[in-house]
Amino acid sequence: MQDAPLSRRVLLTSVASALGVHALHKAGLAQAPGQPRVPTVPPDPTKVPGAPLSELGRRSPFERPRRIAIGGAQGSSFAPLQDLCGIVTPADLHFERHHAGVPAIDPHRYKLLIHGMVERPTVFDLADLRRFPSVSHLYFLECSGNGGVSYGGARPDLSPQAIDGLTSTSEWTGVPLATLFREVGVKTGAKWLLAEGEDAAVMARSIPVDKAWDDALIAYGQNGEAVRPEQGYPVRLVLPGWEGNANVKWLRRIELADKPFMTREETSKYTDPLADGTARMFSFAMDAKSIITFPAYPVILPDRGWWEISGIAWSGRGRISRVDVSTDAGRRWAPADLQAPVLPKCHTRFRYLWNWDGTETTILSRAVDETGYVQPTLDQLRKARGVGTYYHFNHIREWRVRKDGAVMFGGEG
Amino acid sequence: MTAEIRAWDTDVMPDGTGLPPGSGTAAQGAEIYRRKCAACHGKTGTEGPFDRLAGREPRQAFPFGRDPRLVKTVGNYWPYATTLYDYLNRAMPLTAPGSLKPDEIYALVAFLLWRNEIVADTAVMDAQTLPRVFMPARDRFVLDNRRGGAEVR
Repeated sequence: MQDAPLSRRVLLTSVASALGVHALHKAGLAQAPGQPRVPTVPPDPTKVPGAPLSELGRRSPFERPRRIAIGGAQGSSFAPLQDLCGIVTPADLHFERHHAGVPAIDPHRYKLLIHGMVERPTVFDLADLRRFPSVSHLYFLECSGNGGVSYGGARPDLSPQAIDGLTSTSEWTGVPLATLFREVGVKTGAKWLLAEGEDAAVMARSIPVDKAWDDALIAYGQNGEAVRPEQGYPVRLVLPGWEGNANVKWLRRIELADKPFMTREETSKYTDPLADGTARMFSFAMDAKSIITFPAYPVILPDRGWWEISGIAWSGRGRISRVDVSTDAGRRWAPADLQAPVLPKCHTRFRYLWNWDGTETTILSRAVDETGYVQPTLDQLRKARGVGTYYHFNHIREWRVRKDGAVMFGGEG
Repeated sequence: MTAEIRAWDTDVMPDGTGLPPGSGTAAQGAEIYRRKCAACHGKTGTEGPFDRLAGREPRQAFPFGRDPRLVKTVGNYWPYATTLYDYLNRAMPLTAPGSLKPDEIYALVAFLLWRNEIVADTAVMDAQTLPRVFMPARDRFVLDNRRGGAEVR
């Protein structure tokens, strides 16, 4: 314990007190009854032959990263940000947000229909889509409701996962939507496209056609394999930097039109009420944001001295140009190291070496993107949008480090 | 090709494009609502446990950005009546999505609009009347004005 600052027991003890054992079992963070407490391994692995080859790899039994699922088939599951390193999210830990569960789709029967204001309405099957020249890009995807818990009603016992787990980065592979648009001959008057999914909600969003010509992707690959069912198998729309909901999963239909369709998800949901008595609609881009993922609740720092503060930053408008870190509650800021490559519309890992003197303090991170946008404080965001607004909660996240080393979420609430 | 398009092209636009033949009234909708919707949305559309559908308050302003306790309903927040048809047709009821017939959907839409004091209980909803329904929150929505750069919006 003493020499293993981040031991499983430390983590579990503090998580258990916060979440309760039932929630832990649900989250896969606690030992199920009857299971051995520790996986069985030989005392000296150099003295016994190792395991044979296998068709499918598995995680070490000592590693049990888990999403936290809230809300069943209409809910969300949060990616364990504090358990991840680098910038890529393993596909089986990518966050989820479904409106009517995960549909089961036969790739052999899969079709994508593009019609409306086009010269040649066309149905593409999966083989058709894969035959076009493909591209791969690393992009983040973030639910626009991510971080809502930190805007109002935040508690100290929230982990990075509980606060901001609705963001993930994958390498997406597919065909640019612009390629398909040239294939079907999009008419000049077409200004919007309806993207529609094949789930039980037939989830649909209106997207400006300019985004399709810019960088929209019809994706069938995720991190080197087929897109996972929870992420839209066999084909999803990827709109780099834009709110997750618009990146329609299980994509089956695109209709071109001269006006937006005003679906439920772009009117009664995914609109942002503002303090001036209006509500913003079609607010697609995710503004720059960052969160420290270590040290963060439920970590307890065992002693003072050198610690590497680490976290992720991202912007839906391009590259992260700088991340500043403060270890004195925002009085002084210093630039963190950004891990290369720093890619546009993608998680960027930042690191900052910190010599903790053992006193109580607050640590914060502040992202700046290439447009010059600076991640706002909670007060700035509330002033700009109002306390009752919804979605796009990209204000600065704070962590309070107590004298005893316990790190608690420091947002007010 | 035409048949394939017709089978999937169910969307309804604010000007009524896409609305099928059929019609319904609030009285007809009340009975369908009781059988197919009330379990999730409550007896009068206000009780939940899922989304609250009815309620016009607050009528005078649109203070959702200032008051996080306000609950959005069809009557106080939805800008277009056609969206109701489009959404019920796509996704409702939760356990049998896509099962409602056009007459049932028109009737349910009429019922919900009546419950929100937007149309009279005798109003007939069909492809002509529904796009003409003016929703109270219609002019509250503005386009995104965030552009990146130094200003926080």
